Amino acid sequence: MDDIKYTTPQFQPKPDFGTPKQVSQKQVTLNIDGVDVSVPEGTSIMHAAQVSGVSVPKLCATDSLEAFGSCRLCLVEIEGRKGYPASCTTPVAEGIKVHTQTSKLADVRRGVMELYISDHPLDCLTCAANGDCELQDMAGAVGLREVRYGYEGENHLKQEKDESNPYFTFDPSKCIVCSRCVRACEETQGTFALTIEGRGFGSKVSAGNQLFMDSECVSCGACIQACPTATLMEKTVIEAGTPEHSVTTTCAYCGVGCSFNAEMKGEEVVRMSPNKDGGANHGHSCVKGRFAWGYATHKDRITTPMLRKNIQDPWQEVSWDDAINYAASEIKRIEAKYGKDAMGGITSSRCTNEEVYVTQKLVRAVFGTNNVDTCARVCHSPTGYGLKQTLGESAGTQTFDSVMKSDVILIIGANPTDGHPVFASQMKRRLREGAKLIIADPRAIDLVENSPHIRADYHLNLRPSTNVALISALAHVVVTEGLVKENFVKERCDWGSFVAWRDFVAKPENSPEALEETLGVKAQTMRAAARLFATAGNGAIYYGLGVTEHSQGSTMVMGIANLAMATGNVGREGVGVNPLRGQNNVQGSCDMGSMPHEYPGYRHVSDPAAKALFEAAWGRPLSIEPGLRIPNMLDLAGEGRFKALYCVGEDIAQSDPNTQHVTHALESMECVIVQDLFLNETAMYAHVFFPGASFLEKSGTFTNAERRISPVRRVMSPKNGYEDWEITAKLSEALGYPMQYNHASEIMDEIAVLTPTFKGVSFKKLDELGSIQWPCDDEHPTGTPTMHVDEFVRGKGRFFITQYVPTSEKVNAKYPLILTTGRILSQYNVGAQTRRTKNVEWHAEDVVEIHPHDAEDRGIKEGDWVGITSRAGETVLRVTLTERVQPGVIYTTFHHPESGANVITTDNSDWATNCPEFKVTAVQVTRVHQLSDWQKHYKTFSDAQIAFANNKLSKKAQQPA
Amino acid sequence: MQTETLIKMANQVGDFFAANPNQAQAQLEIANHLNRFWTKDMRNQIAAHVQAKQGAGLHSQVISSIAAHLNP
Ligand code: SF4
Ligand code: SF4
Ligand code: SF4
Ligand code: FES
Repeated sequence: MDDIKYTTPQFQPKPDFGTPKQVSQKQVTLNIDGVDVSVPEGTSIMHAAQVSGVSVPKLCATDSLEAFGSCRLCLVEIEGRKGYPASCTTPVAEGIKVHTQTSKLADVRRGVMELYISDHPLDCLTCAANGDCELQDMAGAVGLREVRYGYEGENHLKQEKDESNPYFTFDPSKCIVCSRCVRACEETQGTFALTIEGRGFGSKVSAGNQLFMDSECVSCGACIQACPTATLMEKTVIEAGTPEHSVTTTCAYCGVGCSFNAEMKGEEVVRMSPNKDGGANHGHSCVKGRFAWGYATHKDRITTPMLRKNIQDPWQEVSWDDAINYAASEIKRIEAKYGKDAMGGITSSRCTNEEVYVTQKLVRAVFGTNNVDTCARVCHSPTGYGLKQTLGESAGTQTFDSVMKSDVILIIGANPTDGHPVFASQMKRRLREGAKLIIADPRAIDLVENSPHIRADYHLNLRPSTNVALISALAHVVVTEGLVKENFVKERCDWGSFVAWRDFVAKPENSPEALEETLGVKAQTMRAAARLFATAGNGAIYYGLGVTEHSQGSTMVMGIANLAMATGNVGREGVGVNPLRGQNNVQGSCDMGSMPHEYPGYRHVSDPAAKALFEAAWGRPLSIEPGLRIPNMLDLAGEGRFKALYCVGEDIAQSDPNTQHVTHALESMECVIVQDLFLNETAMYAHVFFPGASFLEKSGTFTNAERRISPVRRVMSPKNGYEDWEITAKLSEALGYPMQYNHASEIMDEIAVLTPTFKGVSFKKLDELGSIQWPCDDEHPTGTPTMHVDEFVRGKGRFFITQYVPTSEKVNAKYPLILTTGRILSQYNVGAQTRRTKNVEWHAEDVVEIHPHDAEDRGIKEGDWVGITSRAGETVLRVTLTERVQPGVIYTTFHHPESGANVITTDNSDWATNCPEFKVTAVQVTRVHQLSDWQKHYKTFSDAQIAFANNKLSKKAQQPA
Repeated sequence: MQTETLIKMANQVGDFFAANPNQAQAQLEIANHLNRFWTKDMRNQIAAHVQAKQGAGLHSQVISSIAAHLNP
């Protein structure tokens, strides 16, 4: 394959303007070193100087942080003013004349530098920051030639390093106490883990007087990025040296979709630096994106294709041709024997748009069926359905930046500080500025009161499974207390549907008082929260899987849209309905038609125009019948009627509910083809293994939660030999349907031709603009940050009646507790990637949280092993006691397969989309002393499977079928 | 697929639309949902169940909806 066609491999470091950009209608003109420059009012002289091309020496300033004015290196002279003001803290003024270089300033700056250097080790040549150190640069810039003060006096050179964090080192001997790290932790990350302790010479940076790993630090890396010296330094840079080139790409983890510069030495990543120009992250990151990329070169990666006839057999390593041909022959055989409908494909939200597109094309055009689904089935499918019904488009309405204009934020069933950390940092900034906060969650997430300087105004700690009752109660208050924005509704929404909805929620049975007991939340609290949301100005709703993963997930999404429309909170900045997508490409995998009822761009398969369009483009007859969803495929497989699965990047055996049902289905199939980086849980049941490429090894795009399409760029050759779309194309060719692409960009070109909302998207435009929020068409050539501005995509917004229907998953004497599941910051989804990084130092196992009362009733103590039994199965986990969960509710994560969290989750699912009800499982918990039967079986089985892969028969020994 | 599974799914769909005061529209929407999201086999199986077993286990509105509006 020819190499990366569209990239900007040689990245140009952007100048550091020293202080943040200001926004103002008013421009101010001043003269700096003889040159006139106009900047927005409020800009610092330092920033203005850089705009005019003049770099003023600086140490404590950087443009991601507010000016601090401590180092005194940036002094300037202003004609007619006394003294030497610091240019970082002095704003511009009309007509002033500024001099940044005079002999007096040079003397002062040299004096300042001399003091710094006299307490700094002179080991530049062997320092990890050599060539990448602002202190070094400034010593050069001010012309420092000698240091008159010796090292005999008191200094900090002997201070010990803190190596506790697996990814970075803190070497206080190199610290100049500029406090950039402290401010980065506060302003950028919002964690407030660092302080400057002591005064004057004795002052030093401290992570609460403990090791970084024992402190509040969440390892986001903002302080390292801000540090001008080698004090805070990535261990990879210390080991490998400074990078020599850099390529901009996109994080492969969560739905925030942070932009990064992959800083490279040849084909080796040295550091991932968040991109200042990243539309979603503006130069920030979390511990996963910045540090947890080592899995790409982990020894567990499988890089050679493998085959076997039977899952009880060892794997045989084969050539790509043999693997592809065998898979194709099996598909043909199964089609001949069982028919097209016995076959299907599953994609993952971890795949690029281009990979998802070619996979659904393969299934539709070549397998000849619409049996193609994606893992959004188990997370955000209700979002797609609910928002399409009400607003007309299956996507969030805003940009992340929109939150900076919100006055009141309502978070429902989401935990942004763990699940969407970079967006959470932005939200916390807005909350510190004074925005109000309402949280609806059964559990006390960190934002409730465990984040510095943030406290939720209301925490509606409802019982799991009662979301829809809650949204009705809130809507009841809005409707009956005259808080509806009638003008908005009259102008923008379907009035008839509004009236029906209004009359429904106004019923006494939907009042907070009537629902108080069902919800377990005080009526007064609900009333106050509803009033706050409806009256505080711009109201924005953010929600996550705590909304969707319920038997009424779709109902709740519609209920949220109803509330947003009724309060006039759609169609401008600061408001909106904002689904926080779990994985990087949840939005994209749905956009790309990986749904059994929809083509790319959400066009129903029964739509004759869509069918004709795709038939003409693909040159194959297509089916007008909706295909099977993942749970339907699994049900049929268990009955022996679904026989072949092509599973790309997804791990249904770990991430889908009722594990034993899933594995039984997999065992019942005749050809399971898994394409992945690792021998994941599903691959243990596979017959063909296609090794996949990591995000560092391929080109493509991801679409984040704000519809932002961002480029993924290949920075190293695929260890497995091919990018993933190429593997799918090879399989297609072996099935008699060659796909004529030379590069992922050509797949996007085809998507653009066939999908109206992607009409203006191309890799070339992504190179130019950095990222694009769809819809991108002739009317919006650079994309659409806010949706539904003048009218809803469906025309008039439609209200739906959202009747609360209790789940059939009920507690009783045998299963008296409710288990709900969630995520943790350091781990990602099934953990296949993050478990293969040092992130395990934060979360080595899944534990179950239980309220102390429930624990006491059962004689359970902190750290005990407990058996958790549900109607579906049993597993054993270690327990922790916490009041974060309410009595009657227990909570766990599912990042480790041996935890078997999904052994206990049930087949219950959302009425509209079959999204599993992961958030509600009735269970009992008891103290135990050994693993569950499932776990014992799992251990034996997975050990055997890993051995089959490790001791695979070599190429020569095997005979391809 | 197990008919019980389909019955449960269809009733859940019915429960959502049941709240619509316009019952005729509700019946249309229930079947429409199945037409749009269920495979042909699944639709045929539930239609057969309505035919052969009078829709035992299905809510009455779901039965009427299937009888009147489900695409074969
Ligand atoms: S890594 Fe992030 S959280 Fe930790 S101290 Fe630095 S800025 Fe604060
Ligand atoms: S650790 Fe770095 S950023 Fe923090 S005060 Fe020291 S030199 Fe400045
Ligand atoms: S995991 Fe999410 S928040 Fe963290 S760096 Fe990646 S995209 Fe950003
Ligand atoms: S850069 Fe202005 S005082 Fe440090």
